[in-house]
Amino acid sequence: MSTSTTEKFIPAKRYNTIAFALMVIGVIAAISLFVTTGGEGNHDNRARFWASLLQNSVYFLLVVNAAMFFMCATTLAWGGWQIGFTRVTEAIASCVPVIGVIALVILLALCFGDHHTIYHWTDAEHVAHDPVLEHKSGFLSKGFFATVTILTVVLWSFLGWKMRQLSLKTDEGDIVSTLEKRKKFVWNNTVMAALYIVVFALTVMSSVPWLWVMSIDAHWYSTMFSWYNFASTFVAGLSLIALYVVFLKNNGYLPMVNKEHLHDLGKFIFAFSIFWTYLWFAQFMLIWYANIPEETVYFKPRAEGIYSAIFWMMLIINFVAPLLIFMSKDSKRNYTVVTVVSVLVLFGHWLDYFQMVFPAVSPDKVPMILFDMGIGLGFVGIIMFVTGKTLSRHSLTARNHPFVKEAVIHHT
Amino acid sequence: MAIKKFITGNFYDEAVLFPAVKKVRRAGYKVQDVYTPFPIHGLDKELGMKDTDLHIAGFIYGITGTTTAISFIGWALARDWQINFGGKPFFSLPAWIPIMFELTVLFSAVGMVLTFCWLCQLAPFVKKDHFNPRSTDDTFVMAIECTDKTNEEEAVAFLKNAGAQDVQVQSRETGWWFGRYDRETVRFGRKVPAV
Repeated sequence: MSTSTTEKFIPAKRYNTIAFALMVIGVIAAISLFVTTGGEGNHDNRARFWASLLQNSVYFLLVVNAAMFFMCATTLAWGGWQIGFTRVTEAIASCVPVIGVIALVILLALCFGDHHTIYHWTDAEHVAHDPVLEHKSGFLSKGFFATVTILTVVLWSFLGWKMRQLSLKTDEGDIVSTLEKRKKFVWNNTVMAALYIVVFALTVMSSVPWLWVMSIDAHWYSTMFSWYNFASTFVAGLSLIALYVVFLKNNGYLPMVNKEHLHDLGKFIFAFSIFWTYLWFAQFMLIWYANIPEETVYFKPRAEGIYSAIFWMMLIINFVAPLLIFMSKDSKRNYTVVTVVSVLVLFGHWLDYFQMVFPAVSPDKVPMILFDMGIGLGFVGIIMFVTGKTLSRHSLTARNHPFVKEAVIHHT
Repeated sequence: MAIKKFITGNFYDEAVLFPAVKKVRRAGYKVQDVYTPFPIHGLDKELGMKDTDLHIAGFIYGITGTTTAISFIGWALARDWQINFGGKPFFSLPAWIPIMFELTVLFSAVGMVLTFCWLCQLAPFVKKDHFNPRSTDDTFVMAIECTDKTNEEEAVAFLKNAGAQDVQVQSRETGWWFGRYDRETVRFGRKVPAV
């Protein structure tokens, strides 16, 4: 156990072994899914394979990107407490380019490939006979989809890299040596965070979930959908941060972080679980109340059809569990409880994405979820590997950051 | 009600107050409370105060509100006076959730305010005084309770030594409405200024 603030994370051998094992599991799951869903002209089956890749890559991309959002939002709010573990947040955000490229390949393949069973609107012949899709063709077009997707991934990666560089520069101490320089640093940091928030608002909070996920049910629409996706992945991203903080604390790193910081992370998870439920309910109730067939078509297979078990289970995991477990102060300050809730929440929102994607792709039977879990574990392996690698490269503590004192004396 | 003696002292700085609290407690004096114009982080821990149970009360009020809402609407709309709203089932939970939520918030909010007033012994008809009116303005006022064994002069000297200013010996009536007085009452031979 060392408490030096210049310390770097040295991944134990087991850490990397587990990461690689998970990646191997992911690859095996993907290959076996591809093989089993093959066969001549078996369009629906192939769609099941691609839908699994789509669900996992989009979910995990939005989750790691949520770490970036957390960093920028707290920066804009002039927060100081998060500086204690800012390197953890940055490391998780550094997965964005890696998973972003994977997601980009999958999404572009879906858009330009011959997989019309997932994105119906990419089929020009079909759209010509479909007045609803024709009407939406300005938004749901290959060109727009590809442009937004590429821009999104590029901008997230670039701004994330910029934020990381700014933070790393403080380690040398030169750019924060005088008050003037510190002010300038905070200003630069704020500007970069603000730019990111604008990009975030235009992507995750509006266009991207509509394009990537909602357009699977191309006829149906919900203006809340993107916000709902944001809440879903943000709470999952916070859980991921909390998991890493607990993991590093248990291994004797992060001397500046204590239960006060964990308590605040727990509050975030608690609050955003409720926020997610609020959005879920706002979307659900209006559709339920109005009872218009073109809207209820989305919830019919989910709430009452064959997907209902997953649908209601996910509501319990994502709302009831965090609400009841995280309500008391002591549970938010307990490492074990935080770990359990974080894993639950990450899994629960993964299930949420599962039930967003699959009812449209496989309406007749619930697909074998173990394959999707396997691919999901592969993505977890990638996140573990990239995050561990990034953490090990630089000091785990941003010790010269101008707000570091706030993090040290933080008290909830 | 019994009348107790207290020794009060003003502190002007947190940096003086915290070591003083530590010293006074270590010396074995019984600190009644430290009255501050604003909340001070960590002072409750330093004073060894127990965490409040207000939030548990709030939780109980909250679930009471939820139960009240669902049982009343359920009884009214699904049992006593069934009305068909656009073909929805009589027991249509999603439509009631906003009301359940509102009553949860209402019950817990109102209940917690009342409980808070009760815990702090505050009510519109109760006039309370302070050991020192400046605890509402700019100083932190520490009150040490005198027991049978306390030597007043020693305690006063100790408090002064710990950095307190304007150290006084005051008397208060104990009991449920601790520190209560009526505006016209003249107690202990001197008029207490109303605050």
